[in-house]
Amino acid sequence: MPRDFLKGVKQKYDVIVIGSGLAGLTSANILGRAGYDVLLLEQHYKLGGMATWFKRPKGHIFDVSLHGFPYGMMKSCRRYWCQEIADRIVPLRGVLFDNPQFTLKTTYDRESFTELLQSKFGVEAATIREFFDTARGMNFYDDQQLTTKELFERFFPGRNDITRLLMEPITYANGSTLEDPAITYGIVFSNFMSKGVYTFQGGTDLMIGLMKDELEKNGVDIRIKSPVDKISTENGRVKSVHVGDREIECRSVVSNANLLTTIFKMVGEEQFDKDFVEDAKAVRVNNSSTQVYMALGPDDHLDRDTGDLLFTSTAENFETDLLLSRDVTSRTFSVYYPDTRPHDKRQRHLIVSSTNARWEDWADLDDEAYEASKQDLIETTIDALDKYVPNARERVIFSEAATPRTFYHYTRHHHGASFGTKFEGLPVSQALPTQISGLFHAGSVGIIMSGWLGAINYGVIVSNEVDQLLMK
Amino acid sequence: MTPAEIRAAIIEILETIAPDEDLSNLDDAKEFRDQMELDSMDFLDIVMELRKRYRVQVPEEDYANLVSMQSTVSYLEPKMADLPAE
Ligand SMILES: Cc1cc2nc3c(=O)[nH]c(=O)nc-3n(C[C@H](O)[C@H](O)[C@H](O)COP(=O)(O)OP(=O)(O)OC[C@H]3O[C@@H](n4cnc5c(N)ncnc54)[C@H](O)[C@@H]3O)c2cc1C
Repeated sequence: MPRDFLKGVKQKYDVIVIGSGLAGLTSANILGRAGYDVLLLEQHYKLGGMATWFKRPKGHIFDVSLHGFPYGMMKSCRRYWCQEIADRIVPLRGVLFDNPQFTLKTTYDRESFTELLQSKFGVEAATIREFFDTARGMNFYDDQQLTTKELFERFFPGRNDITRLLMEPITYANGSTLEDPAITYGIVFSNFMSKGVYTFQGGTDLMIGLMKDELEKNGVDIRIKSPVDKISTENGRVKSVHVGDREIECRSVVSNANLLTTIFKMVGEEQFDKDFVEDAKAVRVNNSSTQVYMALGPDDHLDRDTGDLLFTSTAENFETDLLLSRDVTSRTFSVYYPDTRPHDKRQRHLIVSSTNARWEDWADLDDEAYEASKQDLIETTIDALDKYVPNARERVIFSEAATPRTFYHYTRHHHGASFGTKFEGLPVSQALPTQISGLFHAGSVGIIMSGWLGAINYGVIVSNEVDQLLMK
Repeated sequence: MTPAEIRAAIIEILETIAPDEDLSNLDDAKEFRDQMELDSMDFLDIVMELRKRYRVQVPEEDYANLVSMQSTVSYLEPKMADLPAE
């Protein structure tokens, strides 16, 4: 008989959270801490969603989405999780750019960028100041017509090189392009520029482990390998969720599954107003990714000067479309030094190369073509790494690739989307409870609510609404 | 609770949200934002703490009332007047 992962689950909960990505985990924690009966259901065997890691023979541990996040994570972890998690957040200082237009090193904060824009790009101090202040002053309620491209044109007309400096890291961080609303750029860019890029010391496995401890302390029931197939409603309110042939009643649902999956697969479009369905159908999902994970040998050593985050490209000019092409010219290398996991005795150096990618370029390949395409991705990536890690081909003792199909497999996100939806997804996500009372969505949407920090904060925003509803 | 008690309650909440700020010189008439570093998540935390500690609901359309200490206290007064002092 298969193991019953739902053993011991109660008949009814105040809140059922579907999915254990960072938004789902944070919602579950806040609502559990507030005293509600909370059940967290995750389809995979691990918690964390895209905030994940995997182990390979010989002790290699690879982090999938631990490349960097803004300083704001420190505050959010302290408040919505615990001091122990916040205390492990440390800065990454070595950010490198290398492309045909420029090569430079930066700490990726306002001070460093101001200096570079003046000395290397010849921009007036006043223009730089005005640009930073404009970006920082942007918020969600502002004009959404202005695109990021127009914002750059206003301050730095005709400067493709400056566009590259300002845009490339953000495109990697959340999949946004020059055509997206400038406010999404302004919010995310300013978050980073306030103090630079940070990481979690100890690795994703430690962070998710600490979060799990905290959830248990707050009385949250956690079940893995429990995919929710359906959310039932009754008289315009949520009633229960279904996992296989089990039905579990609840007063509210927070879905951390993909927004479109939640609406169209779990609830069903006939449960919503026509206008809402139309808005939901118009929501575009963000792109997916490919990654190549590479490990150096146990006795190998990399100098710190190699950098932590390397934005590299061989493309002459910067175009956001090129970043998605299967014909890869741009790669971000994340270098993990032994202090990524200080407690680990095996002092390993690992490198993860990430590129943005389109689902269509991978979806329909047959098995053979898929394997060949993966192998080609690995080989060309190791060749590209050689410039930054000399003799890479001899030094890389392990390599493996992930594609949009891999991301789909582990998270069930539509087309393997790495960063949720485009901007229009946010109002649809927020309108869900006006359609069906007690039904909430918390997960990467609208560009600004994606990434580790965005997902955590959106989990908090949604928990506040759930709490408000349940207390009535 | 009297207005003075409500003010003290807000100060207590602000102390947990912004532990590094010195609140002894807070000007009640001026906006919080002009005197300390508060972002939109901080304001949300004030709302959540009010609900947790005093079961007071502040719906989103009323958030604008929380700009300064003075406006916050006058907005909360009718909602918290019947609560016993701590
Ligand atoms: C390659 C890559 C690199 C990234 N790098 C960074 C980075 O450096 N910094 C950063 O801040 N962000 C990064 N991100 C983005 C970041 O990881 C995500 O934005 C964030 O983790 C998403 O969290 P989420 O809460 O939206 O949910 P997700 O992580 O998407 O999790 C959703 C969860 O729901 C579960 N689920 C789905 N359907 C069901 C169902 N029916 N029943 C039960 N469970 C279900 C899934 O299994 C999953 O666990 C990266 C993303 C990718 C893909």
